[in-house]
Amino acid sequence: MNAQEVRKLFPILHQEVNGKPLVYFDSAATSQKPVPVIEALEKYYREYNSNVHRGVHTLGTRATDAYEGAREKVRRFINAKSTQEVIFTRGTTTSINTVAASYGLSNLSEGDEIVITPMEHHSNIIPWQQVAKKTGATLKYIPLQEDGSIDLADVENTVTEHTKIVSVMHVSNVLGTINPVKEIGAIAHKHGAIMVVDGAQSTPHLKVDVQDLDCDFFAFSSHKMCGPTGIGVLYGKKALLNKMEPVEFGGEMIDFVDLYDSTWKELPWKFEAGTPIIAGAIGLGAAIDFLSDIGLENIHRHEEELAKYAIEQMSEMEGITIYGPKERAGIVTFNIDEVHPHDVATVLDAEGIAVRAGHHCAQPLMKWLNASSTARASFYLYNTKDEIDSFVKGLVTTKEYFGHVF
Amino acid sequence: MSSNLDQLYRQVIMDHYKNPRNKGQLGEDTVTINMNNPTCGDRIQLHLKVEDGKIADAKFDGEGCSISLASASMMTQSVKGLSVEDAIKFAHIFYDMMLGKDYDDTTFDLGDIEALQGVSKFPARIKCATLAWKAMEKGVGKEEEI
Repeated sequence: MNAQEVRKLFPILHQEVNGKPLVYFDSAATSQKPVPVIEALEKYYREYNSNVHRGVHTLGTRATDAYEGAREKVRRFINAKSTQEVIFTRGTTTSINTVAASYGLSNLSEGDEIVITPMEHHSNIIPWQQVAKKTGATLKYIPLQEDGSIDLADVENTVTEHTKIVSVMHVSNVLGTINPVKEIGAIAHKHGAIMVVDGAQSTPHLKVDVQDLDCDFFAFSSHKMCGPTGIGVLYGKKALLNKMEPVEFGGEMIDFVDLYDSTWKELPWKFEAGTPIIAGAIGLGAAIDFLSDIGLENIHRHEEELAKYAIEQMSEMEGITIYGPKERAGIVTFNIDEVHPHDVATVLDAEGIAVRAGHHCAQPLMKWLNASSTARASFYLYNTKDEIDSFVKGLVTTKEYFGHVF
Repeated sequence: MSSNLDQLYRQVIMDHYKNPRNKGQLGEDTVTINMNNPTCGDRIQLHLKVEDGKIADAKFDGEGCSISLASASMMTQSVKGLSVEDAIKFAHIFYDMMLGKDYDDTTFDLGDIEALQGVSKFPARIKCATLAWKAMEKGVGKEEEI
C-alpha cells in the first residue's frame, strides 16, 4: 500500500492548519473522506435523489437499487449470510441501543446477568446499565490485565449460567487492544448467552467476518471507515432478529396498518422506520468499495507499522507515558509528565497536528488507568511516517514549551 | 512558536497553574459545587462561604488543564469580598472577554484575569476557562434557594 498515493484521494489533507501542513491523527474519532465517497454523495443528490421503496418512477427505482445495493456491499464486506441480517442505523451507538432496547428489555429479568468490560466506550456501557436498571438484571465486568488486555480465564470466571448477554468491543478506542471476541463469544455461547461485538474501531481497520466470529450482533459506524456521518450498521443473526420487536415505528417498516393494530415488514426493513439514510448508505457503499480495493490486510499492516514507529520514538523520550499493550491497532494514547493533555493538544494544533485529548468516552477506563484524561494519536491508511516525525517533533516542542514557561 | 500560543500561555497563567491561590477546602457552613467538563474530564470542586449576600471566602480543588485551573485560581481571588450580585456581574464581564467581545474593564479590577484574554482566540478552550465561573454562578444560585 502506498500511503502517498492514497493521500491524493483525500482533498481535506492537502491544507495548512495554523500555517503548517495538516497532520490528521484523529481518525479514531472520525476518518477523512476520499473523493469516491464525496462523489457518490454528490451524484446521488445531483442525479437521482428520491425516496426508496415507494413510488414507481425511475428516480425512485434508481435510489432503491443504490440503497439496497449498498446493503449487499455491507453484507459481503462483513461476510453476513444474508442482507436480511444487515440493518442500517444511525451508527454504532444506535445499533447497540437497538439490541439493548429490543433484545435486552424483552429477554432479561431479575437474576440474569449482562457481562461487559471496563474498557468499553460509553455507548457499550450505558445501554446495558439501563437494561439492568429496568429489568433488575446485574451488570458485571470482566477484569482487565495490567496492560489492558483480556485474559480468557477471567472471562470464564465472570460468565455464568445466569449470563444472558456478553458485549465487548473488538478494538479499544483508547488502548488499541485487539480483543479476542471470537473466543469470548465461544465462552458466552457455552453458557447460553448471546455475544454482542462493538466493531466501531475494528471494521475500518481489520477484515471482519461475522460468521467466523460467530457473534450474534455486530455494530459499526460508517464515518470511522471513510464513509459519511449519520449512518452505521447493526448486523444480527436472522433467527434472533426475527424474534425481536422493532424499537421505532412508523413509515417504511410496516406491512399492514389497521386502526388499532399493524404488522411489520420482513427483515431487515422492520428495523428501519421512516425514510432511511439513503445518501449515507450509498456513501458507505462507496467507502466499502474504496477500502476493499486497497485491502483491509494492507491497511491493517500499514497502521501497525505506523504505531510501532511512533511508539519506538516516543519510548525514547523522557517523561512520556504510553498506555496499552505492545500488540495494538493504530492507536497510541499517551501523557506527557506535568503537561495536561489539553495543553498538549493545543500546542500540537499550533503545529498543525490534530490529536484528541480527553477521556475518549471511556470514563471507567480512565479511572482504571488512573488518569483523568489522556492524549491520543490515531492513524489511518492516509498517514505516513513523515507525519509521525512531525508529530514527534511536536512532542519535543511541547515539552520544551512547557519546560520554559514553568 | 506562534505568538497566539504565547498569548494563551502567559507567564501569569502558568504561575496560577503551578501555584494556585485558594486551593483547598473550607470549613462548615459552606456551599460546595462539583462541576465537570463532560467532554474532557476536567473537574472542579468549588467551596463558597456566603454571608449576608457577600462571598466571604472561596476555595477550590480539582484536576484539569492549565487554563481551567489558572482560571479557577484567579476567579476565587476576584470574587472574594464581592456581593453575590457583583460576582455574577463579574462573571458576565469575563464571559464577554472569553467570547472576544468588548468587555467592561472599569467596574472591577480585572488584575491577573486580563492575562486570560488570549483564550478567546482558542474556541476549543473557552469552556476550560469558564468552568470555575459557571461553578461560582451555580453556587451562589444554590445559596439563594436555601
